[in-house]
Amino acid sequence: MPLRAWYAASDALCGAPGFRAVTVSREGWQQVAQDMAAAGGRLLALWASGDQSRDSTIRAVFLAEQGGLLVSLPLADPAAPYPGLQSQFPAAARMQRAAADLSGLRSSDPDTRPWLRHAAWPSHYRPLVDPTPTSPPPASESLAEAYDFVRVEGDGVHEIPVGPVHAGIIEPGHFRLSVVGEKVLRLEERLGYVHKGIERRFTQLPILDGQRLAARVSGDSAVAFSWAYCQALEGIAGVTPPPRATWLRALCLELERAVNHLGDLGALGNDAGFAFGLAQFSRLKEHLLRATDHAFGSRYLLDLVVPGGTSADVTHSGVMRLDTCIRELMPEVLRLRTIYDEHEGLRDRFAAAGTVAPELAVRLGLTGLAGRASGQAFDLRIDLPCEPYHELTPAKCGRSDGDVAARVAVRFEELAESCRLMRQILATLPDGTHRESVRAPADGRIGVGLIEGWRGPVLLALEAGPDGAIGRCHPHDPSWQNWPVLEHAIIGNIVPDFPLINKSFNLSYSGHDL
Amino acid sequence: MLKTLRQIASIGIVTEPPPQADESLLLRERLHEHIRSVLGRALCIRHIDAGSCNGCELEIHALNNPIYNLEGLGIRFVASPRHADLLLVTGPVSRHMVTALRGTYDATPEPKLVVALGDCGCTGGVFGEGYASCGRVSNVIPVDVAVPGCPPTPTRILAGILAAIACPSGDNSASRHR
Repeated sequence: MPLRAWYAASDALCGAPGFRAVTVSREGWQQVAQDMAAAGGRLLALWASGDQSRDSTIRAVFLAEQGGLLVSLPLADPAAPYPGLQSQFPAAARMQRAAADLSGLRSSDPDTRPWLRHAAWPSHYRPLVDPTPTSPPPASESLAEAYDFVRVEGDGVHEIPVGPVHAGIIEPGHFRLSVVGEKVLRLEERLGYVHKGIERRFTQLPILDGQRLAARVSGDSAVAFSWAYCQALEGIAGVTPPPRATWLRALCLELERAVNHLGDLGALGNDAGFAFGLAQFSRLKEHLLRATDHAFGSRYLLDLVVPGGTSADVTHSGVMRLDTCIRELMPEVLRLRTIYDEHEGLRDRFAAAGTVAPELAVRLGLTGLAGRASGQAFDLRIDLPCEPYHELTPAKCGRSDGDVAARVAVRFEELAESCRLMRQILATLPDGTHRESVRAPADGRIGVGLIEGWRGPVLLALEAGPDGAIGRCHPHDPSWQNWPVLEHAIIGNIVPDFPLINKSFNLSYSGHDL
Repeated sequence: MLKTLRQIASIGIVTEPPPQADESLLLRERLHEHIRSVLGRALCIRHIDAGSCNGCELEIHALNNPIYNLEGLGIRFVASPRHADLLLVTGPVSRHMVTALRGTYDATPEPKLVVALGDCGCTGGVFGEGYASCGRVSNVIPVDVAVPGCPPTPTRILAGILAAIACPSGDNSASRHR
């Protein structure tokens, strides 16, 4: 069946531009995945929906040339496994395991180990389906230790377990490195340590207030997540945010991108033994954060994007301060790029480290910034733009080497492009109000938000509940796609390069663990 | 190399003076006078993310930038809890991190200080308590100072750390804030 037939059979979906929705049978579920894979489509997210009052449904969002497609498979018999999508989309494996942990729906794929569930709740408890117990569910204490890591055996092979608490200011997660001497044969990740029940928490919040939690799914991507939330909500509530609001949101999204890229560029220099880079870039980052604070009254803009627009407007003095800061930043970044490019030590550490070849990137579904460094020239701001990116015409940045050097180069280029975009926005910001009023949408309506965060596409699916509540909210960070690829990127590299390679991806733990 | 040196020379020293210790952030007054004499001015901090959204981590990183220059104050981040005088804990404590957090706390030699960071560390924040979240840090380990904010600015974190050292509160872990 050609892909366009699925789109022809679909209905329009609220929220992100160009999205469609289709409900399928078990056979259709597998077929649509095969057709998507054959047509070069991407799997954006997969999750389970349904609770005591709603039937179980497994949902997936794909993206192809024709646009986004939300595919829903209602499960009449939740106990019977639904067809797994791992063979078409390897990234589906962990999403399916997470859906089993949280909603009790199992796929037919072979890996049935728990993923987000460690010891905090027993396997029969389904946090997103079962009612909240009066006391926390009894912990199965031994599970964290009992996790069945894949063993690598042979002469001289030994394991290095790292984490969950890492030697640095980093989020927690566990890495199991199987090595011979200094060479890494295999890395297996064990995540889920910062799982705090975000999806359950959403259902306890008013739908008009959920953006606060969305912003805190991954604090470094607060603007992207809160915008995705509001895009979904405004879609189902039938509200169009005023032009000034969308431009301010784009300004904030680019600020978030610039701030994170500045931080990463400094940290990557530092991890390669060039502390000068950290000092310089963290200084520039602080300047930009202070200008942001001056303009919006917040350094990280966690609560700036709200339903209907933005919580704050920017004054003339804020515009001037930001513009001056960005104008001064641009030549400084260029100067530092020359220093990085000419530094023998950095070139030696960056080149050919943690390589993900374009073919592997396609097969594993590498996405976002890391994808663009491995020949995956995909950027929502250009390929599926929402307002106001039609008018901003960002340039696409990319490399095909797929190593640390490529991920550094893409950051430099995107940083320069974000600076250009921000100055363009500041110069042509439309007048008018920055917020429209929004009323809670009707029960049962569903919408999707999709925003190109600094790390990659941030997706958020929102289902309205009764009486202004949230029925179900599934936030999806691109780290879900990229964490499994890191396991491949490290193969054959030496152990001391792991922190550098890991940093070059800089994936979110909180955004993944939920 | 010349470009690097020229950049260093042209930027100069950008460090700002540290803020005053903020007494209002003290959960209560305890811990002993002698800690200060033991610590001197060199305070070693171990950071633990016990479930944070990573927002607080951004500001802890900012503390190490040359403008706040934490190391210049004689305060530095260390890799092992065994080297630490103070634990800086972020997040609502996820139930999956309880074992690791308690283990890290136990591995830190006495006398030790604990600073809970951010609205989540103080109260559980937007995440609250639930099947996977224990809420505030003091629900799991004793806390000396709690610094609110989402995330708290580097200045507030610095003030909180200085408050913890300047006014140490009690050395009997059994009677600390639970």
